[in-house]
Amino acid sequence: MSATQNLATGAALLKVTALQRTYQLPRASLWRPAAQLHALRGVSFALQAGRSLGVVGESGSGKSTLARLVMALDTPTAGSVELLGQDLHRLGSQQLRAARRHFQMVFQDPYASLDPRMRVERIVAEPLAHLGPPDAPAGREAVRALVQATLEQVGLRARDLDKYPHEFSGGQRQRIAIARALVTRPRLIVADEPVSALDVSVQAQVLNLMQDLQRELGLSYLFISHDLAVVQHLCDEVIVLHQGEIVERGAPHKLFHAPGHPYTQALVRAVPRLPGHIF
Amino acid sequence: MPLLEVSDLTIQLPTRRGLVQAVRHVGFALERGATLGLIGESGCGKSLTALALMGLLPEQAWVSGSIRLDGQELLGLSERRLCALRGNRMAMVFQEPMTALNPLHGIGRQVAEPLRLHLGLGRRAAQARAVELLERVGIAQAAQRFGEYPHQFSGGQRQRITIAMALACGPDLLIADEPTTALDVTVQQQILALLQELVAEHSMALVLISHDLGVIAQNAEQLLVMYGGSVVESGMTEAVFRQRAHPYTRGLFAARPQMLPAAARPPGHLPTIAGTVPELADLPAGCPFAGRCAFTAQACFAQAPAPRLLQVPAGPAPASLAFWRQPHVVRCLRDEAIHAGAPVTTP
Repeated sequence: MSATQNLATGAALLKVTALQRTYQLPRASLWRPAAQLHALRGVSFALQAGRSLGVVGESGSGKSTLARLVMALDTPTAGSVELLGQDLHRLGSQQLRAARRHFQMVFQDPYASLDPRMRVERIVAEPLAHLGPPDAPAGREAVRALVQATLEQVGLRARDLDKYPHEFSGGQRQRIAIARALVTRPRLIVADEPVSALDVSVQAQVLNLMQDLQRELGLSYLFISHDLAVVQHLCDEVIVLHQGEIVERGAPHKLFHAPGHPYTQALVRAVPRLPGHIF
Repeated sequence: MPLLEVSDLTIQLPTRRGLVQAVRHVGFALERGATLGLIGESGCGKSLTALALMGLLPEQAWVSGSIRLDGQELLGLSERRLCALRGNRMAMVFQEPMTALNPLHGIGRQVAEPLRLHLGLGRRAAQARAVELLERVGIAQAAQRFGEYPHQFSGGQRQRITIAMALACGPDLLIADEPTTALDVTVQQQILALLQELVAEHSMALVLISHDLGVIAQNAEQLLVMYGGSVVESGMTEAVFRQRAHPYTRGLFAARPQMLPAAARPPGHLPTIAGTVPELADLPAGCPFAGRCAFTAQACFAQAPAPRLLQVPAGPAPASLAFWRQPHVVRCLRDEAIHAGAPVTTP
């Protein structure tokens, strides 16, 4: 498979090049051209297999637009997103659907991202329905076995298969969402604020789980968060987005302790400190 | 006399599994000009405590104990009397400004509403005062933007507007329930600074509810750590955060990722608190943290721990008397647990 060869030669798992996205705003007046919003203005980065890249920035900085473009849920105005050597935005719809098994997403709110009327088994199995015949497990029993194995990977139990989302706590729901992302055995997980809706102690459990899964499965994370401490804990590298542009990048412990760009400095300064936490 | 005195506040809620205690024997006192932090995780009872102060509990709730504002007992007051106090002597700022504001009314009208209702100002006078208030909380060109709707403002600006509404009648007590949780960090910093300024300016008392240890550390000089409806540890923020006498306080602290320089960065896993928060109906009769705590003994399940005084703030008397009112108290039966938390050296 050409994708695996690419990795063997040291190419990046994910390569984003000069990515731009412009949105048309509603016209303020009939006689004036509609204003444009430049959500992303030429963003480039690469992510190696088994590594984590953090994306930090405030609302409106382009973080979520970036996630949507990497997930091929939206089309860029210019630039490309290459995963395993394939340009996702140049694939036909059949090919894109087949490629989706390699990249999955975990959302912020585990209360909104799980359908309350579906049992856990169906929620987690949903991405499998879109796999082609050679990859998809054949038969209901095989699907159930795979879902059960995936649930166990994220620390849930076999008997949780037949429960509904409301029977779980926030942290457990986020585990279900992670299981749903893992079930196709992806290489990349795009996580948009995956722990910000969780309580501190639950957040620690989910972060530990994400770390374990990365080590065991060689996953890569594109980890979007406004929480610098969480990003530093999980990520090898971080990019700082401001008004659709990368203003600074580097290893989080270096960047957050000696921020160069005024915007990064402002972000770091705004983090409320705890006594006893050195900085 | 403290402005706000809460003693033995207990709230019971009906559930399918019978009446459960959602808040258990909570007590504290708060002076004017002081800020009290309430910290804890979902379901610990911090928001219910706030709603009880405002007299906004659901009708089925059973409340006992005492809440005194300036000597006046609030529990048992008629809805009409409470309405006269709410928005007037005490006010609240909520987490999500978009749901706290009415999307169909202009922002100016919403800020002016309490002025007309409680202070009986006329339309023009209320409008002029509302513009002043909006300017005070940092809405630029308030007079021009008076008629604009909530959706025309950013999240931070909307929260400023709800603060202006809360401040309109010059309340004595302001309750802010996760006021910055929905905002970006830089905006959070501005909003918290604004609240601090206003508390000092009007010598209000502020109850600041947050799940964020850092927000409490920087903005409240005294705090209550709540778990399972009980206050497990309380005192001056500085003393509580230094000693972390209760195992739950310590667990919360440890679970938080730190921004350490690479050299000091502990590799691998974050320490977690074993298990999950039990449902209210399943909480042990004794210490709510029993079972999840590494120090649990048999007695912990049966016997509710009595408050233990660890230390009265030492040193010369602080500027405000309020600072004296919060001796460091922990509710834990296990000496080893408290002792293990005692010597924390700050690097």
